[in-house]
Amino acid sequence: MSDSHFFDSWRKFKSRIAMVALFLGCIFAVIPLFAILLHLIRQGATAIDWNFFTQVQKPVGEVGGGMAHAIVGTLSQVGIASLFGIPLGLACGVYLSEYGKRERLAGFVRFALELLASTPSILVGVFVYGILVVPMKKFSLFSGAMALMLILLPLVARTSEELLKLIPQHLREAGLALGIPRWRVILSVVLRSAWPGVLAAILLGVARIAGETAPLVLTSFGNPNFPQGITQPSASLPLQIYTYAISPFEEWHRMAWAGALLLVLSVLALNAITRLSGGSHGRRNVE
Amino acid sequence: MGVEMLNSVELETLGLQAYFGQVRALHGVSLQVPRHELTALIGPSGCGKSTFIRCLNRLHEESPGARAEGKVLLEGRDIYAPTVDPVLIRRRIGMVFQRPNPFPAMTIYENVASGLILAGVRDRRVLDPVVERSLKQAALWDEVKDQLKKPGTRLSGGQQQRLCIARALAVDPPVLLMDEPTSALDPISTARIEELLVDLKKAVTVVMVTHNMQQAARVSDRTAFFLLGEMVESGRTDAIFTNPADSRTEQYITGRFG
Ligand SMILES: Nc1ncnc2c1ncn2[C@@H]1O[C@H](COP(=O)(O)OP(=O)(O)O)[C@@H](O)[C@H]1O
Ligand SMILES: [Mg+2]
Repeated sequence: MSDSHFFDSWRKFKSRIAMVALFLGCIFAVIPLFAILLHLIRQGATAIDWNFFTQVQKPVGEVGGGMAHAIVGTLSQVGIASLFGIPLGLACGVYLSEYGKRERLAGFVRFALELLASTPSILVGVFVYGILVVPMKKFSLFSGAMALMLILLPLVARTSEELLKLIPQHLREAGLALGIPRWRVILSVVLRSAWPGVLAAILLGVARIAGETAPLVLTSFGNPNFPQGITQPSASLPLQIYTYAISPFEEWHRMAWAGALLLVLSVLALNAITRLSGGSHGRRNVE
Repeated sequence: MGVEMLNSVELETLGLQAYFGQVRALHGVSLQVPRHELTALIGPSGCGKSTFIRCLNRLHEESPGARAEGKVLLEGRDIYAPTVDPVLIRRRIGMVFQRPNPFPAMTIYENVASGLILAGVRDRRVLDPVVERSLKQAALWDEVKDQLKKPGTRLSGGQQQRLCIARALAVDPPVLLMDEPTSALDPISTARIEELLVDLKKAVTVVMVTHNMQQAARVSDRTAFFLLGEMVESGRTDAIFTNPADSRTEQYITGRFG
């Protein structure tokens, strides 16, 4: 009796230990995030003021200045990249999942997307430099957007393919059996059923490219002023943070911290939106 | 089988063969389905009942590597003729599957109306009466009329299956195919569907796969017995069950194999 009692409590003890270890593991994983956030807020929050959102980079020595040009630059580059990257990525995903079961072309497309997805982002920048910047003889907002697009495209394509494949075959058959054309079944039954997940994947992809720095160095280059059009060089938040951060000026350092805070908060917000919208009604759709 | 009086034939197969790649699953099936009757297809599992019924609305060819040979005549016209669009055939021959499969992202109302909505009909004055009529035909109206905006997947399994029946009926098909529509349901839900079938066949020609022989005996007018990809015999249900012509049929219905 006492023996089994001993083993029983020993087992409970081991389970306790395991629980504590797991808990500590989680804490360790979460600590860096909060540490970064806290540090950013301490360093940057004071520099986020009206000027930060309305002014461009001031020449060294002048007081003030802000991030307005970088915010506009990032919004327009991410916007243009999304405008092309999301529909193209979705088209690839739908093709691979719905039409590409047996075709050799599909295997090739899948392989190409795989390669693109695993290409270091600086190389994407070099590639766009070669095919856009050199012929245009100019760094431009558009080239930056295309570099970001090339990063977004495979993310959207691969995740949407996987999510569409999770939609059970019998739903497609239910649609076809109603005399609905295949393209319509794909849009209104398959894609619609998978939509909460697909939307989440798209938002995560957009959040990801919003923070990309390397592909922009050789494409949109950076610009201390508002972009003068999509064929002109453009600032972006990550690049401007870098510019401010490597400068020797106290004032600029604070601006870099503030920019970093803004970037992190935006990305966190996008992620949170994704979670909230996906969590409430996304789960039940896929059996 | 002798000489029988048939209602006019709505659907007829002539030497229907079905393949999965190189494997032939149906070896030339010829069957006549009279209008406004319920024809039950029985036989041990794997004998080709689902394959056969999926050939009748050209759904078979949607499986990878699958194709069919032979003829399927709907009101005398071959639905496998090269100029025929399978999409249009499927609007005239509805189907209910073994597992209830309402569209998850749609409400009850949208599910029932989906055949029309996805064909471009948006007008509520057209859709409303169709939804009500179809749900009544599927004996579901009273249970859901106050919750048409709820997701179809919130209903119980038996209700979902009746929702799928309503969805199939909404496009007004002259023929309805059902592949073991009650095999995933509890006895009460099964009884409800069997009841509604009795009324339904006054308006629609029904072909139903079942591996429940009591069900075939209860609801069908005619029965066809399948074995190993062939149709062994078909005829009036009472004749098949009381006096089958083929000894294999007798063995099957007396429970000696299957
Ligand atoms: N998708 C498929 N691919 C290959 N063979 C199949 C497929 N579906 C069914 N079969 C084969 O075709 C035969 C008939 O199957 P099925 O029509 O589903 O029988 P039943 O509905 O009478 O149980 C079986 O031998 C089965 O293994
Ligand atoms: Mg079957």
